[in-house]
Amino acid sequence: MRFLLIEDNADLARSIRTRLDLEGHAVDHAASLADAADHLAAAHYDLILLDITLPDGDGRQFLARHRAGHADTPVIVLTARSAVSDRVDTLDLGADDYLTKPFDFAELQARCRAVLRRRGGAASNLQSLGDLTFDPLGGCVTIAGEARDLRNRELRLLEALLSAPGRILSKDQLCDRLFSYSEPVSDNAIEVYVARLRKKIEGGSARIETVRGLGYRLTVG
Amino acid sequence: MRHALAAVVWLIAALPALGFEVEAERRFGPEGAARQVRVLATTDIGFFAPLAEAFLALQPGLSLHYVQAASTEVHRAIDAEGAGFDLVISTAMDLQMKLANDGFARALPSDLVEGLPGWAHWRDRLVSIAQEPAILLIAESALPEGQPLPRSRRDLIALLRDHPEVFDRRIGTYDPQVSGVGYLFLTQDDRLSDSIWRLAEVMGRLNARLYCCSGLMIDGLLSGELVMAYNVLGSYAAANLPPESGVRAILLEDFTLTLQRTAMVPVNAPAPDLGALLLGFILSPQGQAIQMQASADAVIPAERFATQPWLRPIRLDPGLLSSLDGMTRQRFLAEWSAALDQL
Amino acid sequence: MAPRAPASLRRRLLIQLIALSAVLAVALYVAVRLGAERASEATLDSILGAATTAIAEELRSVEGGTELDLSPGTFSMLSAVGEERIFHRLDISGVAVTGYADLPLPPRPPSTLEPVFYDAPYRDTDLRLAAVARSLMIENRPAPVLVIMGQTRDGQRAIAQSLANRAAALGLAVFLVAVPLSLLAAGSLMRPIANLAEAVGRRGGHDLRPVRHPAPTELKPLVEQLNAFIARLRQTLAQTETFIAEAAHHIRTPLATLKSEAEMALMQAGDEPTRARLRGMIRATEESARSAGQLLDHATVLFRADQRAQERVDPGAMVAALVERFGPTADLKDMELRLDLPAAPLETLGDAVLIEAAMRNLIDNAVKYSPDDSSVQITLAAEGGFARLDVRDRGRGLGGETQAVLERRFHRGANVAGVVGSGLGLTIVAETAVAMGGRFALTEREGGGTCATLWLPLSG
Repeated sequence: MRFLLIEDNADLARSIRTRLDLEGHAVDHAASLADAADHLAAAHYDLILLDITLPDGDGRQFLARHRAGHADTPVIVLTARSAVSDRVDTLDLGADDYLTKPFDFAELQARCRAVLRRRGGAASNLQSLGDLTFDPLGGCVTIAGEARDLRNRELRLLEALLSAPGRILSKDQLCDRLFSYSEPVSDNAIEVYVARLRKKIEGGSARIETVRGLGYRLTVG
Repeated sequence: MRHALAAVVWLIAALPALGFEVEAERRFGPEGAARQVRVLATTDIGFFAPLAEAFLALQPGLSLHYVQAASTEVHRAIDAEGAGFDLVISTAMDLQMKLANDGFARALPSDLVEGLPGWAHWRDRLVSIAQEPAILLIAESALPEGQPLPRSRRDLIALLRDHPEVFDRRIGTYDPQVSGVGYLFLTQDDRLSDSIWRLAEVMGRLNARLYCCSGLMIDGLLSGELVMAYNVLGSYAAANLPPESGVRAILLEDFTLTLQRTAMVPVNAPAPDLGALLLGFILSPQGQAIQMQASADAVIPAERFATQPWLRPIRLDPGLLSSLDGMTRQRFLAEWSAALDQL
Repeated sequence: MAPRAPASLRRRLLIQLIALSAVLAVALYVAVRLGAERASEATLDSILGAATTAIAEELRSVEGGTELDLSPGTFSMLSAVGEERIFHRLDISGVAVTGYADLPLPPRPPSTLEPVFYDAPYRDTDLRLAAVARSLMIENRPAPVLVIMGQTRDGQRAIAQSLANRAAALGLAVFLVAVPLSLLAAGSLMRPIANLAEAVGRRGGHDLRPVRHPAPTELKPLVEQLNAFIARLRQTLAQTETFIAEAAHHIRTPLATLKSEAEMALMQAGDEPTRARLRGMIRATEESARSAGQLLDHATVLFRADQRAQERVDPGAMVAALVERFGPTADLKDMELRLDLPAAPLETLGDAVLIEAAMRNLIDNAVKYSPDDSSVQITLAAEGGFARLDVRDRGRGLGGETQAVLERRFHRGANVAGVVGSGLGLTIVAETAVAMGGRFALTEREGGGTCATLWLPLSG
């Protein structure tokens, strides 16, 4: 997906970009409203991530103008303010959702997907490996056309493995992707979920290979 | 007057225990009664008896001791000697007033005094029980044919002047030196009008005779010695002059002095409640009726003052004291003598 | 000693008015009493003095002595008012010549032609006496003459007393009338104050408009100061609101940066110890962020609870919105959020911000402490004049601790190991419940887990 990130904090912007990049998204960064306007004029975006406090104006003004203009691009507001009036205002003004900083990327992902799902329209880029297709937006997995019902973490595990097909991902790396840092994680949590996922995608060409001491990878065949 | 009489009493100093001179006394009611009411008065026992009896009839457990004395003696008894009486009655208004003024009279129950007209009491100490006029007595037969009876002092003076032959040595009046009542009448006459002085002059020229008491003047009239008596106590006249005597009682119409017989309860009364009880009875309609009867209608009911305005009640107030003042009395009597002695 | 608060204004006014009436009534009585006595005494004195003087002048020197003619009219007149007793005494050359020889002499002999007045007891009573001195030629020699007249003043006293009694009755009547009048006056005087107080009281807690109710002159300074205070408060509140919002921003933004940097580092980190450290850092930033969030929420609760905003809030709509909001978060843990709403919408009056914060904390708690794959049940129903919200989870339960302890600020339950939280969550819910006039309760569930219940009073 193509994101427009409107955020004036350079460090934060960089890390968001990097993270989204890792997930395989394209991110453009504007540090001010003026910048954002230029970007929007030049390209089309699937989603706009908007920081409320910007150097050259309040993000809410942008929202208002945005609604007037490009009504089709969903906006998720990133806010550090806590006043509920801010939240209500933003939603009233036309934001599709908001996130309070600091946020979990997993949550960001989930909300983006939810917003996009709600809006419909945006084409979902399906990922596939072998006869396994994965719709990240819809959160659906089909093995040889047959839909498989995966729980959330199983989906995320699959997504993580799919993002680096054929590459080994360490347990740690997978942990990072699956669990937030505040969650209690048991030692064999990854093993448990890998086992579960294996079971869910059984019968297809894609399979999860355990590389002892190194991690796991998703392979075909 | 007091001083003179005091001198007389000294002379009669031989008299035993009872310091003051008693004229008469009587006990009414049952012997050995539980309580006794003691009365000291100037009124004749005869006049008082019906009252006493009627009172005792209403108060069975009581007896009454009545002592009669002259007005100056009555005064002396209370003032100087502190004699113990429950009710003191006297016609000498000035002496009674002096007793009351000097603090010898006890306060009477308010219900006794309440209903009385103003002139009939002084404070709650002195009460008038009967009103008597000072009248003019004339033997009608002695007057010339067709001579109308005098109606005012002016008439009287004219009558006396015009007929000296009728009246020479045949006029009587009180001797103020001797009679307390007489002095009182005279001072009151003087207070109301100065016609008394002209009358005195006329009477002096006609060699008027002076008496100590009303009784003697009436006797004189009856015997023919006197043809006219001026300022006689009404009750005496009524009691002692039979209708056929030919002596007419005249209430002079310029003014007729009305004397009040007053009563008081002394402060040192042995039974003051009984005194007040008796006084209340005397003032009651029954008591007043008895009095009227006893004095043969000489006592004037109070209502007549309204219809006969020449009836002037002598004021019962300390004004009476001024005439008792020694120097004043001296002066007055000197003037009186001077008026009478025309020689 | 702390200064005592003044008693009710109305009572003060009433007491003062009644006290004043009482004082006036007493003063009236005393004035009339004294005045009557003085006036009558002065009048009677002048009559007494005149009579004494007249008698003194009546005294004549004649051949052979002196001559006196007391007029009965004088005595009558002196006695007239109140039937007084009259006493007289005449001294020539210091010797009592006539009258009451023991009548008390004046304290000082009259020096001028004017009478000397004095009081003295005599016999059984008290007398007012006047003494006049004259000189008379007796036997060709001047002889001093002293004339004394005395009278009782019982009548005068009686009249003065009856006047005073009337004055007392009048004073009492005035006083008795003054009492209800004072009540009325106090009431009517207090009315503008009461009206003003009522007008100000009727305003909502949120109402920071200046008070424009017409006030009497005396209260104008107070109203002005009140309005100035309101303006300052409004400003402070605005500043506080701004401050809280700014604080949030300024705390969270660096934290967000910190966290994402740490996460980046973690991704690139190779060795386990470094990873562990980085994870620790990340957890710390999450904890900070969460604490900051709850501190700010708590500050908001405190700040807003005092204002007693009275907005109409639909708790059903609010909880539905929150459930939708938490949807993605719950999804991440494969948790199910089940919501049961009543058929008819409910309405409560209160501060929307606070209610939302409380509900959010309750749901957040439930989601936080529940394991994967569990379900959280949220029910809203009307119960006896209250809107009752139940949030049931299958989490770790209360760990044997009481609600009161858990509600204590910053207290985290004994069984929260490993879960990030600042411990303010329940405090916020409890304080909001109290501020809204409702209630909050925590109970353990059979089979494990917690049921958190929030009651909010229904409007109307």
